[in-house]
Amino acid sequence: MTTRQKTIYCLAGLAGVILVVNLYRILLVLPDELRQGAIYRILYFHVPAAFTAWSLFLTSLVASVGYLATKRLRWDGIAAAAVEVGFVFCTVNLVTGMIWARNQWGIWWTWDARLTSMFVCWLLYASYLVLRTAVDDAGQRATISAVLAIFSFADVPIVYGSIYWWRTQHPQPVLTTGKLAAEMWPPLLMNFGAFLLIAVALMLVRLDQEETSLEIQGLRRLAHAL
Amino acid sequence: MTGVLAVVRKDLLSELRGKEGINASVSFALVILLIFSFAFEPTDTDVRKLSGGLLWIAFAFAGALLLNRSFAREIPNDCLDALVSSPIRGWELFLGKALASFLLLLGVELLCLPVYGIFYNVRWAKVFWPLMLVLVLGTWGLTVLGVSFSALTVNLRLRELMLPLLLYPALSPALMSAMILTTALLGGEAIFGATAGINTAWLRMLTGFDIIFTALSVALIEYVLVL
Amino acid sequence: MLSATGVWKYHGQFPALLNVSIEAQPGSCLALLGRNGAGKTTLLRILAGLSSASEGQVRVFGEEPRSPRARRRIGYLGHGIGIYDELTARENLIHFGRLYRVGDPAATADRWLERVGLGRVPDARAREFSRGMRQRLAIARAFLHEPEMLLMDEPFTSLDDRAIALLQSVIREAVAQNRCVVLSTHQLREALELASDVALLDRGKLMFAGPRTAAMVADPGSVYAAFE
Repeated sequence: MTTRQKTIYCLAGLAGVILVVNLYRILLVLPDELRQGAIYRILYFHVPAAFTAWSLFLTSLVASVGYLATKRLRWDGIAAAAVEVGFVFCTVNLVTGMIWARNQWGIWWTWDARLTSMFVCWLLYASYLVLRTAVDDAGQRATISAVLAIFSFADVPIVYGSIYWWRTQHPQPVLTTGKLAAEMWPPLLMNFGAFLLIAVALMLVRLDQEETSLEIQGLRRLAHAL
Repeated sequence: MTGVLAVVRKDLLSELRGKEGINASVSFALVILLIFSFAFEPTDTDVRKLSGGLLWIAFAFAGALLLNRSFAREIPNDCLDALVSSPIRGWELFLGKALASFLLLLGVELLCLPVYGIFYNVRWAKVFWPLMLVLVLGTWGLTVLGVSFSALTVNLRLRELMLPLLLYPALSPALMSAMILTTALLGGEAIFGATAGINTAWLRMLTGFDIIFTALSVALIEYVLVL
Repeated sequence: MLSATGVWKYHGQFPALLNVSIEAQPGSCLALLGRNGAGKTTLLRILAGLSSASEGQVRVFGEEPRSPRARRRIGYLGHGIGIYDELTARENLIHFGRLYRVGDPAATADRWLERVGLGRVPDARAREFSRGMRQRLAIARAFLHEPEMLLMDEPFTSLDDRAIALLQSVIREAVAQNRCVVLSTHQLREALELASDVALLDRGKLMFAGPRTAAMVADPGSVYAAFE
């Protein structure tokens, strides 16, 4: 087993333990919320998923700048892995949000500021992933995706700003925000931690695959050249 | 600047000579306006509230046809190689291409505007100058992203499919601002000055979007051209 | 004048160029020989500033190949002719004359149209030209700014007789004027007649670099045979 594989198993194992402990606390120890009832618990997955997605998108920005500066394909692998995993967490955030909305508002989707902006983010990074599949040459793919990742990340704050202004002009379903009770913070943060560990483990798996596929591609071209 | 002007001249000359892109773009914009009239009653006063949105959806979709050609025009005979190996700098090439597409797109929009006014009973002439400001800012945003993504996708198999996919999500803040401002103008609101309210913020948003993405494109284009 | 030292180029993990070093002096004509896929095009694209080396150093007139000052002194003729079909012959040349900041683009364009035998059809669109005429126009495009260094990728491939004669005459003239020519080819005979130096690439490696000898011209096949 390589060091990287060991790291992957350790991270995943640690994340698993934290999640089980957290699940126990969230499901069996913490009381139901006053107005929402049991469904509020989805918050413990919904919110950390969003944080994790943003952290990964930020990672992809850094790695993309790293690639353009050094032209080392490893940076491209990190950027790609970060976006892929971030995209999954973005999806988790959207789906958990929709389940909550169905239960609380009676509708699956509403064009509320936060939902819409997360959805635009999801689309931005979906197009990044589609673009990657359309380029054959590894160096070309890395450069093009790095530039697109920078564009996308620059867009995220503008998207959030604009959609916030747009929707605050209109009546919208009121989110029962309020202040989080003190005992809700620890499981929320611990879930965030666990999600981050899972994200890093998944990224390492993807990085492994990416490097193997590059190696295979290189060997195939070498074989054709012989 | 010599390089920028040379590219603008060349692009305008070759596009105006063939006119394939412009014709396709104008016809497509008109088809979209027609299809909208199926979706709802066009003369209804409620449609006024949608007017800016309709117009910009037509411009954005029709624009992609023109913007796709910006770099794709350089593909036959490997003209892109001849261009990139010439002493023009990356940013000059980008600005030249962007200016040419911008002028073409603005031309298409100005052709569509009167037609739209007639079909949808919208009076745009009395707010022409403020509307022009919104058109210029919105079209520049559309052009900058479109030309950058056209450069990104120029060597790809699925070029025509990729551009719209990349363009519209990234463009959403600019498109939203342009739609809201246009609707406000056509509804008789001011977009700047004391009575403008939140519209000033949208105008600033649109301007900011243009500045940020122009700067990013100018800074990154060289990486895309030399692989 | 032109030097590439320890140049590597990777496509992914596939090395297209492995530690290639070449040099070219004013008044010389370097023929890059090698089979398809040997890396000739990759190397020329790096020299022309169209692609960047993964490792190694390339200097053209003492500068990076991407610097506009270096590119202004380079003429590049690739696989494609680099001519716009919708523009006329004259418009094409004027456009490139402007890009290369030639003093009087219109006069230069007219002079070159005469030179390549298109003086009677300056206002016809390139689309309407025959293949041979288009190739001659491409030669004019690559030469019109009097480049001190010419980089040509397979310039003789699929040229007609008239274009071959024209290309040979402009290359000879350039070398006589102490300019430098680098051309890649797998058509040995034409290239060896013009060349003063020879470099042989095989699967991305430089197998041989040195002056062209009379023996090479007498038996072009011997160049490949000796190093493979």
